[in-house]
Amino acid sequence: MEVLTHAFLANGLLAAFAIVGLVMWLSNAISKRLFFGRIHGSAIAIVIGLAAAFAAGLWTGGEKGVVDIPLFAGIGLMGGAMLRDFAIVATAFEVDVSQARKAGAIGAVALTLGTILPFIVGSVLAVAFGYTDAVSITTIGAGAVTYIVGPVTGAALGANSAVIALSIATGVFKAVLVMIGTPIVAKMIGLDNPRSAMVFGGLMGTVSGVSGGLAATDRRLVPYGALTATFHTGLGCLVAPSVLYLIVRAIAGG
Amino acid sequence: MVISGVALLAICTLMGAFLGDLLGVALGVKANVGGVGIAMFLLIAMRLWLTRRGLLTAPVKFGVEFWGALYIPIVVAMAAQQNVVVAARSGPLVLIAGIAAVLVCFGTVALISRIGTKGETMDEIEARAGGQLARLGETV
Repeated sequence: MEVLTHAFLANGLLAAFAIVGLVMWLSNAISKRLFFGRIHGSAIAIVIGLAAAFAAGLWTGGEKGVVDIPLFAGIGLMGGAMLRDFAIVATAFEVDVSQARKAGAIGAVALTLGTILPFIVGSVLAVAFGYTDAVSITTIGAGAVTYIVGPVTGAALGANSAVIALSIATGVFKAVLVMIGTPIVAKMIGLDNPRSAMVFGGLMGTVSGVSGGLAATDRRLVPYGALTATFHTGLGCLVAPSVLYLIVRAIAGG
Repeated sequence: MVISGVALLAICTLMGAFLGDLLGVALGVKANVGGVGIAMFLLIAMRLWLTRRGLLTAPVKFGVEFWGALYIPIVVAMAAQQNVVVAARSGPLVLIAGIAAVLVCFGTVALISRIGTKGETMDEIEARAGGQLARLGETV
């Protein structure tokens, strides 16, 4: 046992890859067998991550989730700001600009609204729940955009970990709601053609939520929705810690 | 070379972080202002430039896409190190914010879908294409 512990401690990052890999595999299995693909494996994996952080927080009394357990310290490096930003930026490489041009004005309108509307909803609720500082309000508002925009914004602005955790949880919950809710409301919101699918992708954001939701509605709509949704995170990461933060700061002060 | 792709990604990320910090200083905000977003648009621009010059080889693409593929696992690792215990105390905020944001967005999709000319539905497109699978680009 001691030898095993030593191997884990000396190779922290590798241990993290192995552990997270197992969690991803487990999540995909749960997604397939328990939810029949309705809920994406990625959302399940993030929920498992948050749950593990919760359990570890109770157990150790620390503030850094599973990282406070020495055996899992490598997860801190894997999910730290450096590799996180590196991987998020890399996703932009898959965006095909010539395809995106086809989404045109309607896609741009949907993207803008899809960033601003959830941000307003999240920020107003953050204020209603007693947050008064601009950094926390912006981070929670950004979390309502997507679970990536939230922590990226929080880290950039220096929000505390509890607020960042809230913003991730809000974003994940939103993604799950989109996955489950889309097939139910598809008829009502006119989701049966490529144009509305692109509007939908731009507005809802979260690629996992959009592709999961559209796949359950009509598989053929997925590429159209994903097309606009892929821009959502980039746009959110650009405007939330900048323009939107400055606006919130001007209103809320400090 | 694969490392060229990794280096390209690293340079874009570093440039974004640098420009974000610079913007923060210029605006008098003690924060990185939009660094990740700037880096993403830099990378998109680089991809266009490389494609035009024919420099976008498979290994270069692989060097970048590998990290893109690791994005969800890294987000899982990030989620696992947050202070969830404290966050859980304001639990209702997560539920209410999530539900409200989704309802507002669903409503807006319904609204926008109704404005302007209604596009062909997928069924109509497929019928016109004679049963062939409608491909992106031909129908939009």
